[in-house]
Amino acid sequence: MGTLVEEIFTRRLGRPVRAGDTVVAGVDAVMAHDVTGPLAIDAFRSLGMPLWDPARTVFSFDHVFPSNSVAASELHRRIREFAAEHGIRNLFAEGICHLVMVERGFVRPGGVVVGADSHSTTYGALGCFSTGMGSTDIGVTMATGRSWFRIPETLRIEVTGELRTGVQAKDVALTVIRRLGAEGANYLAVEWGGPAVSAMGMSERLTLANLSVDFGAKCGLCEVDATTWAYLGLPDQGTQRPHDPGYAEVLHVDVGDLEPQVSAPPAIENVRPLSELAGTPLDEVFIGSCANGRIEDMAVVAGMLEGRQVSPTTRTIIIPGTRTAYVQALERGYIDTFVRAGAVVMAAGCGPCLGRQHGTLGPGERALSTSMRNYPGRMGSPDAEIYLANPAVAAASALAGMIADPREER
Amino acid sequence: MARVFRFGDGVSTDAIMPGRYNLTTDPAALARACFIENRPDFHETVRPGDVIVAGSNFGCGSSREHAPLSIRACGVSAVVARSFARIFYRNAVNLGLPVIRCADLYDAVRDGEQVEVDVASGTVVAGGRTFQGEPPSAVARRISEAGSLVELIRDHGWAAIEEVV
Repeated sequence: MGTLVEEIFTRRLGRPVRAGDTVVAGVDAVMAHDVTGPLAIDAFRSLGMPLWDPARTVFSFDHVFPSNSVAASELHRRIREFAAEHGIRNLFAEGICHLVMVERGFVRPGGVVVGADSHSTTYGALGCFSTGMGSTDIGVTMATGRSWFRIPETLRIEVTGELRTGVQAKDVALTVIRRLGAEGANYLAVEWGGPAVSAMGMSERLTLANLSVDFGAKCGLCEVDATTWAYLGLPDQGTQRPHDPGYAEVLHVDVGDLEPQVSAPPAIENVRPLSELAGTPLDEVFIGSCANGRIEDMAVVAGMLEGRQVSPTTRTIIIPGTRTAYVQALERGYIDTFVRAGAVVMAAGCGPCLGRQHGTLGPGERALSTSMRNYPGRMGSPDAEIYLANPAVAAASALAGMIADPREER
Repeated sequence: MARVFRFGDGVSTDAIMPGRYNLTTDPAALARACFIENRPDFHETVRPGDVIVAGSNFGCGSSREHAPLSIRACGVSAVVARSFARIFYRNAVNLGLPVIRCADLYDAVRDGEQVEVDVASGTVVAGGRTFQGEPPSAVARRISEAGSLVELIRDHGWAAIEEVV
């Protein structure tokens, strides 16, 4: 009985667990990527303990892959050597860690997964408790298979109404962030529920869970239903819902009248309706990231760019989030569409989101991105501006060279 | 006495340690990059023992531990903020960088002011007034007593945490 997070830890520990309890619990998998991995390895080595389980230890090369520098190659080499030393075969260089974790089957409903990246909350879409930690915590889990958790109180977000054309999960998350602020869910679990979430496909739910950390949440969970099992390609093992939960807060959001939302610089909570910002000139459009880099997002963008040309004054960068999404995009002709439209398509990975490689912004430049962070300096110069929006808005904006409304296209 | 380096609300880990500078695990290199774009003179002017005072949601965003590591490597004795982002706070505790939640200090101090910080009791004396930070959780205190999470788990295992919760 309880909230989703209470139920997950109650099952895991075989005793009633309530919000406010602090527990030490085992995990199903532990992940680090090419930038947080080496520090986690350092922490692990300082412990002087054997590795917990090579089959459940995952490294992803995505934040700076392929390497853009001697320093990055050095980080990659250290991870490869560590993996070889400990028999770790889960060494993936096939896209963004969070999407790869789902594709590679490390995420299961009711599971517990920790990762050395803040957007590890993404797996909550599948009813798995998952949270981001620093490298030291992750190094300790690599050695012990366990971590400590304070069981969070839960903020339930009850979403009703039918999303209109051109309005997506990204807009739902952004409107919630506008209402609650960037630390509105700090230390809380978020439960995304209600008819509008039940109606969403898994790609959209992954967006909601992903953005949960960007208003402070420890995890962002969705209920488990037939959509969840179908996405995983597993037999339907029934629903996992909260039972008689006690919530810290319930937020009701009706999205029937919602228009596309844009988060304007300098902070994510500065969310405005698209109509207020339409016409803002752009130097760069980035479509991808763990928030919106799935094949479903690529489909939306391909539908809008087909037979058209992106603005010559705006560099448009499109990155399918994983190799799987990339191959699907190839097979469906999306890559052909993107390249012919004048966009640059880059290797699956994090890309410009964190300003380390590809499309790094210069001072005074203005970008619109389907990622989730617009802190000053996030994508390059601290004097660049970053706007965040859904993939349909991004595609319309790439065509127009300015922030544009996808509902006015075609 | 410690000099106050005062920052605002919502200081992200991107501001502390931009993603173009954390392709290393060397503390000295990380120290040189601490606040490199947000406050470029920080690492040259900060002295061991100085203190960062900030508003709400300090350390929000990326989980990169390079951020608290760089602050520690600069010799900062404590970060005192109105509130911290969850991951940053936990990372700082794990590394042994003192972090103090204090609602009232932020509005009471100026950048460059001299204050006295007592990490053990979580108090700051500024302008003749004493500001008391919130006490850390039992787990955070246990980790701090051991020096770092690595030292705690290496020497005592998870029992050390299980016995205080």
